[in-house]
Amino acid sequence: MELTINGTKRQVDAAADTPLLWVIREELGLTGTKYGCGAAQCGACTVLADGHPIRSCVMPVSAVANQAITTIESIEEDPVGKRVVEAWIEHQVPQCGYCQSGQVLTATALLKQNAKPSEAEIAAAMINLCRCGTYNAIADAMQQLAKG
Amino acid sequence: MPMHMPQIPDTLPTDGKPFNLSRRRFVGASLSALVLGALLPGKVVRAAQSQAAEIKPGTRVPAFLEIRPDGTALLRSPFVEGGQGIYTAFAQIVGEKLDIAPDRFSVECAPPGADYLLVNGARFTGGSFSVRSSFEVMRRLGASTRHMLLQAAATRLKVPLASLTTQPGVVVHTASGRTLSYSELAALAAALQPPEQVPLRARKDFRWIGKSVPRLDAHDKSTGKVKYNIDAEVEGMLLAAVQHAPRMGGEPEAIANESEVRAMPGVHSIHRLPGAVAVVARRWWQARRAVESLKVDWKEAAPGTPHAMPANFSSAGMRATLAAAPGPGISAESIGDAAKALESASQVIEATYDAPYLVHGQLEPPSALARWNTDGTLELWLPNQAQEMFQQAAARAAGIAPDKVIVHSSPLGGFFGRHFLYGTANPFPQAIQLAKAVGRPVKLIWSREEEFLRDALRPMGLARLRAGIDENGLPQALYAEAVGESPTERWFGRQPDKANDSAVEGIAEKPYAIPDRRVAQVYLEHPPTIGFWRSVGHSMNDFLYESFFDEVADAGKQDPYELRLRLLADKPRHKALLQAVAELSGGWKRGPFSASDGSKRARGVAMASPFGSEVATIAEVSIENGSVVVHDVWVAFDPGSIVNPAIVEAQVRSAVALGLSSTLLEEAVYENGMPRVRNFGAYAILPPGRMPRVHVRIVESGTPMGGVGEPGLPGVPPAVINAVAALTGQRVRSLPLSKTHFAGA
Ligand code: FES
Ligand code: FES
Repeated sequence: MELTINGTKRQVDAAADTPLLWVIREELGLTGTKYGCGAAQCGACTVLADGHPIRSCVMPVSAVANQAITTIESIEEDPVGKRVVEAWIEHQVPQCGYCQSGQVLTATALLKQNAKPSEAEIAAAMINLCRCGTYNAIADAMQQLAKG
Repeated sequence: MPMHMPQIPDTLPTDGKPFNLSRRRFVGASLSALVLGALLPGKVVRAAQSQAAEIKPGTRVPAFLEIRPDGTALLRSPFVEGGQGIYTAFAQIVGEKLDIAPDRFSVECAPPGADYLLVNGARFTGGSFSVRSSFEVMRRLGASTRHMLLQAAATRLKVPLASLTTQPGVVVHTASGRTLSYSELAALAAALQPPEQVPLRARKDFRWIGKSVPRLDAHDKSTGKVKYNIDAEVEGMLLAAVQHAPRMGGEPEAIANESEVRAMPGVHSIHRLPGAVAVVARRWWQARRAVESLKVDWKEAAPGTPHAMPANFSSAGMRATLAAAPGPGISAESIGDAAKALESASQVIEATYDAPYLVHGQLEPPSALARWNTDGTLELWLPNQAQEMFQQAAARAAGIAPDKVIVHSSPLGGFFGRHFLYGTANPFPQAIQLAKAVGRPVKLIWSREEEFLRDALRPMGLARLRAGIDENGLPQALYAEAVGESPTERWFGRQPDKANDSAVEGIAEKPYAIPDRRVAQVYLEHPPTIGFWRSVGHSMNDFLYESFFDEVADAGKQDPYELRLRLLADKPRHKALLQAVAELSGGWKRGPFSASDGSKRARGVAMASPFGSEVATIAEVSIENGSVVVHDVWVAFDPGSIVNPAIVEAQVRSAVALGLSSTLLEEAVYENGMPRVRNFGAYAILPPGRMPRVHVRIVESGTPMGGVGEPGLPGVPPAVINAVAALTGQRVRSLPLSKTHFAGA
């Protein structure tokens, strides 16, 4: 099966129903995408498929074979992604950091689709869980980013 | 035990005065290794460990520090990073004395070794001890190293040491303008004898300590670059997944479909483990799918199996058992005569409060990678908060000597107490056994579902409280029985004739001037595996006490804030903190009042004294669609003195989030000896939409440095519960709030 990951086509050897998360982590060796719950509950495994955030732990790899997958490893190659990372650093968002790949990708997807989201739009998009409770810092970073 | 080491003495030495470097031998020995460290990273620590018998923890530079050829420094931290920001704090402290900017440090967790036993002869990352227990050691290490470099430069430049100074990373001879970088000097420093005394930079001259220095790991953590244990990889490794007995103590018997499962894609082998079955496969996903396909006959635990889970155990039943456990228990605090004072009180109120079992829910599921090396050593990559204890336990599990076990400690994807030694709650014994069985390295990952099944729970807590109120409405007597068992008793032994500190912390030794008091523990063992959870006993006990306090205030027709102030008249530190949080929130107002958005709101207040720090908390709530909304939380926090204000504030916010999560949503429900749910979602944790704005004021009272990571938590549940009571008139005595439906307010 062929996958497009971070702009590169890669051949992968995995059963069609393998969750994309495990193909990314184990076949492609990209471990920035995290396993948290495996049940679409936490968002740690978020990647972008054609620019949309998806929970890769429940997405069969065959379902995204024709889509461009973006993982955290290429985030700074994207100008919006780079801005998000900068804001994350400025607001010192990460604590343990485990959820942050998913947070940064979700933020990037939102801002690429809507450069100046309202507070309500931010709240509707930024729904990933963070057990360290970095939510205030994420909100502050997002508010700054939403000013464009 | 380890969560309750005696208070660390004041860690700040007298500024500006020289201090005694009496350990010439150790510092001297370290010089050659410092150079070696620059040349041969990695070899040093093993060399250092070979002299374990003589080692005085925290004294030998090379065990902690390498100055690399590029002028950066590698610091081996005695404590593990899991979000607390301690790696940055240590870079600030060492860098301040050594004169290397914090951003020139890389920090990693030190391997097991006598050098790192800094918490009263042991080591663990917990009890909010990391920075306060090592502040002085880190300062001294930095100062010693800088002094060695100065001596080397004096020799090299043939000038008196006193004519030299440093700028970050370089020694400067001001008179001639000559400079030498630290990395150039490391080799020469080896030949010199260090002096007996080293002057310390005065606190007023600190450049980095006390400043919001950016975290060293913010970029890596924002770009997915940090390697957690779950990401560890070694050549030739196989992956493993397990299925545990549904009830602790059960053992696998027949497997109905073993041969079919063995034929599943990628499967290498199927194994029976104590209390579990495992599949080893080429990929974890294959292992997981296969292990969950196994149809296992679980044999119930044989009678008398220690800590076997009874088939009829339920958390609801346990609550009733705790409530019915007869007092009077073992006294933990006894002042005056509470029983007599209750008899003569003009009013007596009583209540029973309880808080449920909780999972840790750290976002990184547990894992362990084990590799048996040809030289007879066993190498382990495992999440842990106590390197030496894990090394010992792994050695026992493997049947080899502890010095044959090499422990790697990656940054933790959250922990909150999850990664102590908890018997069956740790995956590493399984990984060791599997790696041995297949003759290859094995990385075992527990699925989130297995983690919910085998996590060491925050114990359920219950307290029966009685207060006697005098004719002026003031509490005269408090009588409290905390029922249950603390994780300290479970894992470090129980003293049958003594109340356990962590079982009663947050109820005993509260600062309020209540003349007659008796606080006792009624010991009752918990059937589930229990563990330390962020702020341990305080995580529930301050809720039990501080909520009841408001009931006492109401019964005596006192405002709960004013009553606290009054009962803290002789406690200036507490009183100031309470006033600080009131001021931070714009002045105390209980409500109910109408907010600018038209909602009806109220506020609650609570205080706690966890881990050598003091905290005062106010929460503002409203009711929406029958459930509680927390809008703002104000926290005044006094940890004595601090290293990095931004990191301290972030820790307080984090603790507030976890405390609120436990207040609003969390409970691990058991039925028939099994957890009812085994993943997030059904077990709700605080989502972003329910996070309040958290406002933090740090108060540095100058008392001995207290903990930072945990103390923000305990004030939150009672502040919220007290606010809800003020708003609705409904006194909730059982957490979480999601069990209670509120009529619109
Ligand atoms: S791991 Fe996919 S949502 Fe949690
Ligand atoms: S930073 Fe730890 S889970 Fe979000």
